[in-house]
Amino acid sequence: MMSDTFNIDGQEIPFTPGQSVMQAALTAGVFIPHLCYHPEFRPHGSCKLCTVKVNGRPASSCTLPAAAGMEVESNTPEILDKRRSLLQMLLVEGNHFCPSCEKSGNCQLQALGYELEVFTPHFNQFYPNRPVDASHPDILLDLNRCILCELCIRASAEVDGKNVFSLSGRGITKHLIVNAESGKLGDTDFALTDKAAQVCPVGVILPKRIGFAVPIGQRHYDAAPFSAHVDEFKPTAASQGERS
Amino acid sequence: MIDASQVINSVLERHGRDGTRLMQILRETQESLNWLSPETITAIAAGVGWPRAKVEGTAGFYSFFHTQPRGKYRVLWSDNITDRMLGNMDLMQAMCKQLWLEPGHLSEDGLVSVETTSCTGLCDQGPAVLVNYRAIPRMTAERVEQMAELIRKEIPVADWPAEWFVIEDNIRRADILLGCVMAPGEALKVSLARGAEAAVEMASNERSWREAVHSADPGPSVTLDEIKKSGLRGRGGAGFTTGLKWEACRNAPTTGENATRYVICNADEGEPGTFKDRVLLTRQPDLVFEGMTVAAYVIGASKGYVYLRGEYRYLLEPLNALLARRREQSLLGKNILGRAGFDFDIEVHLGAGAYICGEESALIESLEGKRGVPRNRPPYPVTHGFLNQPTVVNNVETFAAAAMIAGRGGDWYRSFGTAKSAGTKILSISGDCERPGIYEYPFGVSVRQVLEECGAKNTQAVQISGPSGICIAPKEFDRRIAFEDIPTAGAFMVFDQSRDIFEVVRNFMHFFAHESCGFCTPCRVGTTLLKNLMDKIAAGHGTQYDLKEIHQLNSVLQISAHCGLGHTACNPLVHTLERFRPAYERRLKSLDFEPAFDLDAALSQARQMTGRDDADAHLSNELETVSEKA
Repeated sequence: MMSDTFNIDGQEIPFTPGQSVMQAALTAGVFIPHLCYHPEFRPHGSCKLCTVKVNGRPASSCTLPAAAGMEVESNTPEILDKRRSLLQMLLVEGNHFCPSCEKSGNCQLQALGYELEVFTPHFNQFYPNRPVDASHPDILLDLNRCILCELCIRASAEVDGKNVFSLSGRGITKHLIVNAESGKLGDTDFALTDKAAQVCPVGVILPKRIGFAVPIGQRHYDAAPFSAHVDEFKPTAASQGERS
Repeated sequence: MIDASQVINSVLERHGRDGTRLMQILRETQESLNWLSPETITAIAAGVGWPRAKVEGTAGFYSFFHTQPRGKYRVLWSDNITDRMLGNMDLMQAMCKQLWLEPGHLSEDGLVSVETTSCTGLCDQGPAVLVNYRAIPRMTAERVEQMAELIRKEIPVADWPAEWFVIEDNIRRADILLGCVMAPGEALKVSLARGAEAAVEMASNERSWREAVHSADPGPSVTLDEIKKSGLRGRGGAGFTTGLKWEACRNAPTTGENATRYVICNADEGEPGTFKDRVLLTRQPDLVFEGMTVAAYVIGASKGYVYLRGEYRYLLEPLNALLARRREQSLLGKNILGRAGFDFDIEVHLGAGAYICGEESALIESLEGKRGVPRNRPPYPVTHGFLNQPTVVNNVETFAAAAMIAGRGGDWYRSFGTAKSAGTKILSISGDCERPGIYEYPFGVSVRQVLEECGAKNTQAVQISGPSGICIAPKEFDRRIAFEDIPTAGAFMVFDQSRDIFEVVRNFMHFFAHESCGFCTPCRVGTTLLKNLMDKIAAGHGTQYDLKEIHQLNSVLQISAHCGLGHTACNPLVHTLERFRPAYERRLKSLDFEPAFDLDAALSQARQMTGRDDADAHLSNELETVSEKA
């Protein structure tokens, strides 16, 4: 039996039952912008960068199950305009200073900004007062750049089995916390080898002492834009069809 | 001195060290220990076997949990627009002055803090405060003075004048629901009898295949038919057909070890201006519990919860007493009314100050001890709800109506209201009118009739169903309260010609920014951007550009927000820009653009440090005029 298909911006996309629109698109090599999505974890649906219109109705493509015959709009002027606003919201919400950030060139927020031609933050900067936690011997935690994608939370809970991270606060005061009475990363059992140390899409969880080992200009997204890395985000067998 | 570990242990024991009961564990611990210290959080986390950070995350989500030390007294001024119209801000300032403190800051001696909170549901008898989470309506300048005195003398809140705590029902118009006189258990008895009749009549009826799923008793099915026949739709605002919801839940399979179904009563009434559930739970609580029990009978549920908002803490003891009485009357518990296998009990769960928990999936998360964040849907609660089991979540008023329908029949109920909106609707009316309070009308009543009967004069606008509802102008007053015209969860706030609609909306935007759960980017950041925009316009720095910006933010929220809070957060702005545009435009500068950065405001710290506030310490208007020309 032929597999079912749906349509994104005029292109037919095959899918297997249980796949989300995002998973099917990435498998077919079609890029949909995203930040909180990760191929190894259950979809989360919080960053909303992957918003599309399905048969005229908005939806998050990472959490929406694919169905035969769907008409999906993704790279339309209307949706790109909204995605730009969402990126600008993330940029003003935190303190993002790309020129002095050691994640520059490896940062998905920055890469997506270039990809979608976000040339200004547009909104007024919030300049929140957020702490930097250098208490851990191997890892720096710079919450100024946190976009609250919860990937580290999910990785620590689901893969590492440690629950090092969680969220506290609500609304605009929502923030990442660590699993220690002192509130310090150095007082947790976090380790450089943890999966949670490797999934941050921005520059929050940084291994110490290797900041500029690879010079800016030769980094992951310096050579080719985010969308050219679509293969890295193809769903793994483990994440297929699984959802919270 | 209270022994903290002893308190924590006894609370944990009382709740079986069950993490899903975390909200009650945190609340009860805090009621004894005053706040949730890092050590307390650690002990509770160890007690329930959850990661510490997860417990801290829950504690940090709710406005009524304190992870920082707080005073012996915490005074929270309800800050709905109706409280503002009754002068709450002046009274709060006066109270702060008398207690020598700044709003939002703990007094130097650590005794007291005074700040604002979202609408406490006492709009018809404001301005209202919560003192250590006890509601006190009708604040006056005199009462502020007396209260400050009691606080300074450190008199326990329990010893304050009892008349301060009297909450009025203010029922001005009762119809079939508020006027319903039904003996406790009547609706259940009728349902059971109806089932027995049906069993005789339809011994080999085609329905029987459906009964096989649950039991041989056709009662649940024929009761469901009455609910469906009645045309009852959800009273929480969305208006989903109750019969269909119950049927979907009834047909959904249960899973796992503790396979069962749940009935949840949403009494989180957080929409500003809504207070009808408070009155229903005061005047018709038996009917509400009876409706939940009827739902349990229909869907095959074994446990029910009332999610009561933290602001209604004072209702907890009376409701628990009533539940105990219903158990004695065999209306709850094992083998209800002697029917073998009809086991159902109800528990009251208290919220802790989070509007978002009125959203049914956020409510369920909260009931499971977690942060109140709406879930991704599908799946919906009817198939995967509380503890992943099929769950019916309905509003207080829906359950009360369901009990009446079970007792009196679907056709009887159907005869009230309009073709598409059966029955009656309870409105909670506040604002500029002579007789604020509770009004029950058959669906289809015009806004004009409601305004006349509550004694509203020179009405400029009515906000129906709260900030997330609709704001209408006089030329629309012939519109009707009904699902086919203006649906509502009950809030009905009246503004006369003297009111500034811009300030009404600004109050609402502050509310949404405060209550956004923060899960998705557009709502978390967008509601704060909107709040800032309104403050910028209020400060006299708004331009046409800012009004356009509102429409852009609205379109982002409409297309990408995770739940209804984000989708509706711009409603007040959009509705009033359509109808009351001059309220905005008279505040605008005639410029196309004005930066949000306010030079003069930036000098405020310098002024404070030098103790100056004279004209020379401010940027002159002349300078601004020059820059305008440039």
